[in-house]
Parts: sequence; C-alpha cells; structure tokens
Amino acid sequence: MFKKALAGIGAGALLLGMAACGGGDGGSEGGGDDGSLVIGFAQVGAESAWRTANSTSIQEAAKAAGHDLKFVDGQQDQEKQIAAVRDFINQQVDVIVLAPVVETGWTDVLQEAEDAGIPVVLADRGVEAADEALYVTRLGSDFAEEGRKAGTWAAETFAADADGTRILELQGTTGSAPANDRKAGFFEVLDAEGLNYEIVDSQSGNFTAEEGKAVMETFITTHGLDGIDLLYAHNDEMGLGAIQAIEEAGKVPGTDIQIIIVDGSTAGFQAGVDGKLNYIVECNPAFGPQLMDVLESVVAGDEVEKFTPVEEGVFDATQFEAELPNRQF
Amino acid sequence: MNAYAKRLMWPVLILVALIAVNIITTGIDFIVPSVNDDRLGGAFVNILRRSAPLLLIALGMTLVIATKGIDLSVGAVYAIGAAIACQMIIDSSDQTAAGLVFSAIAIALVVTAVIGAWNGVMVAYFGIQPIVATLILMIAGRGIAQLITGGQIPKVQDASPFTELGRGAFLTVPIPIWIAALVLVALALLTRRTALGMLLESVGGNPEASRLAGIRSKGITVLVYLVCGLCAGLAGLIGAANLGSADANNGGQWIELDAILAVVIGGTALLGGRFFLLGTTIGVVIIGTLEDTIINVGLSSQWQFTAKAIVVFVVALLQSPEFRGWFLKPFKRKPAAPATAPAEEAVAK
Repeated sequence: MFKKALAGIGAGALLLGMAACGGGDGGSEGGGDDGSLVIGFAQVGAESAWRTANSTSIQEAAKAAGHDLKFVDGQQDQEKQIAAVRDFINQQVDVIVLAPVVETGWTDVLQEAEDAGIPVVLADRGVEAADEALYVTRLGSDFAEEGRKAGTWAAETFAADADGTRILELQGTTGSAPANDRKAGFFEVLDAEGLNYEIVDSQSGNFTAEEGKAVMETFITTHGLDGIDLLYAHNDEMGLGAIQAIEEAGKVPGTDIQIIIVDGSTAGFQAGVDGKLNYIVECNPAFGPQLMDVLESVVAGDEVEKFTPVEEGVFDATQFEAELPNRQF
Repeated sequence: MNAYAKRLMWPVLILVALIAVNIITTGIDFIVPSVNDDRLGGAFVNILRRSAPLLLIALGMTLVIATKGIDLSVGAVYAIGAAIACQMIIDSSDQTAAGLVFSAIAIALVVTAVIGAWNGVMVAYFGIQPIVATLILMIAGRGIAQLITGGQIPKVQDASPFTELGRGAFLTVPIPIWIAALVLVALALLTRRTALGMLLESVGGNPEASRLAGIRSKGITVLVYLVCGLCAGLAGLIGAANLGSADANNGGQWIELDAILAVVIGGTALLGGRFFLLGTTIGVVIIGTLEDTIINVGLSSQWQFTAKAIVVFVVALLQSPEFRGWFLKPFKRKPAAPATAPAEEAVAK
C-alpha cells in the first residue's frame, strides 16, 4: 500500500514536472551579446479567441525580433502564473512579461522579481495600485477608456429615451482589471452625461460563452426582456452566448434589445453584420511588435512611461461589414 | 422510513428550501414551465437543462466513487469530447449533413470511453491510486483538447443538426433533459435490477475479499471508469452543442469538483461501498438551483463562491449523524433519549 502510494506520488511529480516545462523550449544561454533577450511571458490562458490572437502576436513578434520567448499558459489560474514567474526568476531571464489574471495578490512575487533585479512589464491587464512600484510599465488596453467609449455611445443612443434606460450587464471575471474598469468607465460616462438609467441586473459571466449564456437565460426568466433596452457585455464571447439565449427566448437581439460588446473578434463582427448587435468597442490583441519595442527599451534602461496604451477603435452598425475582413482573431 | 429515504431526506429538504427562496423572490413563475418555440422553458426547466451535463458526469462519478475511486479527469474529458466533435464538423464541407454529425458524435464517444477505460486500467491493473491516475489526464487532457482545436474555439454553424443535442426538444422536453434522464434510468436499472450494483459495492467495500469471493473486481473497475469517461464525453457534446462551439480551456472547467460535491451531497460516502444515484441527481439540481438563486436574490458576483460554500457546509453538517445528534440533543425529551439514540445510530451506520 505504502509502496503504491510512493509510486503514485512519483508519477504525479514526474507529470507535474513535464507540465511545468511544457511551456518554453530550452534556450538557457541567456541574453547573448547580439542583443537578443530571454523573455519570460506568463500569459493568462487561452480562454478566448482574443487571447489566442494576443499570444500568437507576441510569439511571432519575439521570433521576428530574434528573442527567446519562454511562454507559459496560466490556464486562468493565478497560482500557475505565480509559479511561472518564480520559475522565470530562477532561470534568470532578462525580463518578465506578466498578463495577470486578477489584479490583487501579486505583491510577494513581484517583490521577488525586483529583489532578483529582473524588470517586470505588464501586458494587457494591470495590477492594483499598491503594487505600482513593482513593475516598470504596463502595455495594454485602457479598459476604463473602452468602458467610456461604450458609455458615450449608450448615452448618445438613449439620450431621447424618456422612460429611463434599463440596462443588463454581463461582467467579466470577478476581480479582473478589464471587468472592474470596463464597468467603471461605462457608468462614469452615463453619470456624467446625466442619462436616466437603471441597472436591472449585473452579474459575472466569467468572460466565457458558456457562463454568459447561462447568466443571460437566468436574467431573461427573472426580469423578462420586455422592458430591457440595452445589454452591455464586457467581452464578445459572453455577448455571443447572450445573443443565443435571447434568440432562444424568441426575441431579436440587436432590435428588441440593443447590445454593446467589447473586443471585436471575427465572430463578434459577423454577429454585427447579421444585425444581432449594435456597437463594438475594439480591444486590440495584436500588440506583439509594440511590446518588443517596449521590452528592448526597458532592458536598455531607457525611461518609459508607466502606461503605454494600445491603439483601438470603435465600430457601429454602418462599419461592421467593411471592417470584418480586417479582423485578425 | 427506510435508510434510503432517510439519506435522501436532507438533500430534498435543502432543494425545497432553495426553490422556496426563489419563488419568494421571483414569484411562482420560477417553478412553472412555459413553452417557447415548442420547447419547455421557464427558470426551473432551464436549470434542469443546464444541469444535464453535470448530472451525466456526477452519475459516472457516483459509480467510480462506489468502487472507492475518484475521477478527476472528467472536466478534461468533457473538453476532449467537445473538441473532437466540433473540430470534425467544422472541418467538413457540409456541416448540416446528418451522417457527419452522427459520426462526429460516435467518434467523440468512442475516444472518451477509451480514455475512461485507460484510467480504469491504470487503477485496476497497474495499481496506481485513482486520484493520481486521473490527475494525469486532468492536467494533460485540456492540452490534448487544445491540440485538437489548434488553440482556437471552433464554432459550428447554427444550422448544423449537432446543435439540436443542446438546444433542441423532443415532445417539448429539451433534449439534454431526455439524455440525462435516460442515462439515469439506464444506470439505475443496470445497478439495481442486476447484480452489478451489488458487485460494485462489494468491490468498493473490499476489492481483495471480492476477488477471493470470485468477483472479477479488475474488470468491474475498468468498466466503471469507462462509463464515467463516456458520461463525461456525452456531457461535453451537450455543452458544445448548446453553445455551438468547443472551448478547450473553459468547457467544463471545475466540473469534476461540482460532480464530486453533488455525489457527496447526495449521500454517497467517498469511502466507497453504498451509492445513491437518485441522491446524486438531487445534489446536481441543488448546485444548479443555487447558481440561479444567487442571481435571483440579488447577490453580487463576488458572493457566488461564498454562498455556494455556505450551502455546501450546511448540507454536509445535516448529513452528519454526529452533528444532528449533538444539535438535536437539547430538544429531545429526556426519557426517550436513551431508548432512541442507539437505535438511530445503528440505522445511520
């Protein structure tokens, strides 16, 4: 019995070891004299087409620039990301890129990186303000600005809505930066513009189509859709799931209820072309080349701003069809 | 009241309480089904429909746990089943062809059954502890699913008959509910009307004694893991058909934990031996109803996990004869206490 248990633990340990080094491929020679860098990149996961496009962009940009990228998929688990960052510190990489799955709980591991003298650059998502001294810069989307863009459109569209705008919101993963900021930016503008609105319900759909659809079904059975004017979904996977739920309830998404999504994947734009949603706020994943420039300046010791925004657009119903072929994810 | 009914009593009471809370907050419409496009809808029917994948997995898990095992790989197998079917369908030229959909479903089920059987072989023949044997695929399985989908989320056309598996209805009852109910009845008949159930409990109670008594315990162990893998694959197909897509990373995430929870809420002990398929079913419906309750009573998303933990905590306490004895002690009449307490304990054991 004891022997079996030992064998089991051994097999498990072996497997975890395999999983742990399954991410990057070799290349321990470190930053050579040719200016090539060893970059440790702790990605959130592959939870959406957006994320996959982001990973691809960064991997291709690193390859094109001749850098050695150690890529670890965090599978949306902060523990895995923390373990990955510790691995990078042990391997003495030149620079660590972190796309934190949630905003809190990074102080210890970021401090360890600083103690080891390895600069940390945040990609895409941010961490809480208290940890601001522990990273060099954040390159990514301005989520609050995305929320404000969505809010601006909503405030204009529903300005003439005399009986008050009734809003449903599908939030992203609870505690994540995009969920917090897209919510805050959106309602900041609605309040500033003095729109008469009511939040009928607001729940997390965890950024997935599965939960977005399930939560929307519950919204529909609980509140009905008759008095609802607007659905604001923090990403397009959740929005697309919600569109299915609205259709299955016998309503017409985009007409019976107006829909705003953030992200703008091919599938999202296709739904827009089909008339199933009304406004898309872009969240651009293809910032790999821009990231490489930032990393090179950071390692060279140049002064960089604390935040570098990625360029992003907005699209309404008249622009969906023209923009669809340009989508990269 | 016999022992079986007694086991079911506490989970049923919790479920009734949850339903009552929902009816109070959202009205009687919560429980009354409505008909939409020839498909039953309404809050509670939706809960049952969405619970179908979890129920399938929890039923398989119940059998595995009856043999004193556990299967942590079901969430990953769910993702693999979904990935195989969706990828096969989007790779073909005509996604609406019925033959293609049937073969995609068949291949996904065969592969997931083989994966389940492999878990069983590792446990029964190689003597690897179940938690370790299935942990391997729990970790590696989602990677396999990602390899199948090439890291993308394959999206099946809405017109493909495949989506019927998750969205369609037969005689107005949603297809996922039909499938889950049929599997429940089939497994119940198989384990209660034949000797298989007794053999399972015997293997779970003492595999060596069962072997010496002439039971092929290894074969039975492989069989239950195979059934568990098959159930997980079927659950993945229903989940993928509902969304029309397969998400290798998030599809069925943490479903193994919800399944184990449902089994435990339903009164099956993790120590193996006696198992309760109906109890598991009630456990699944409790978990499904709980998620809706959190939204209906207006708790924010931040409360989701805490609320779930509190309900599970209460169920676990109510399931414990020791806790009930301690809790009810002050309320019991003195003369009756010495006479009934030992008798009750005997029944509970």
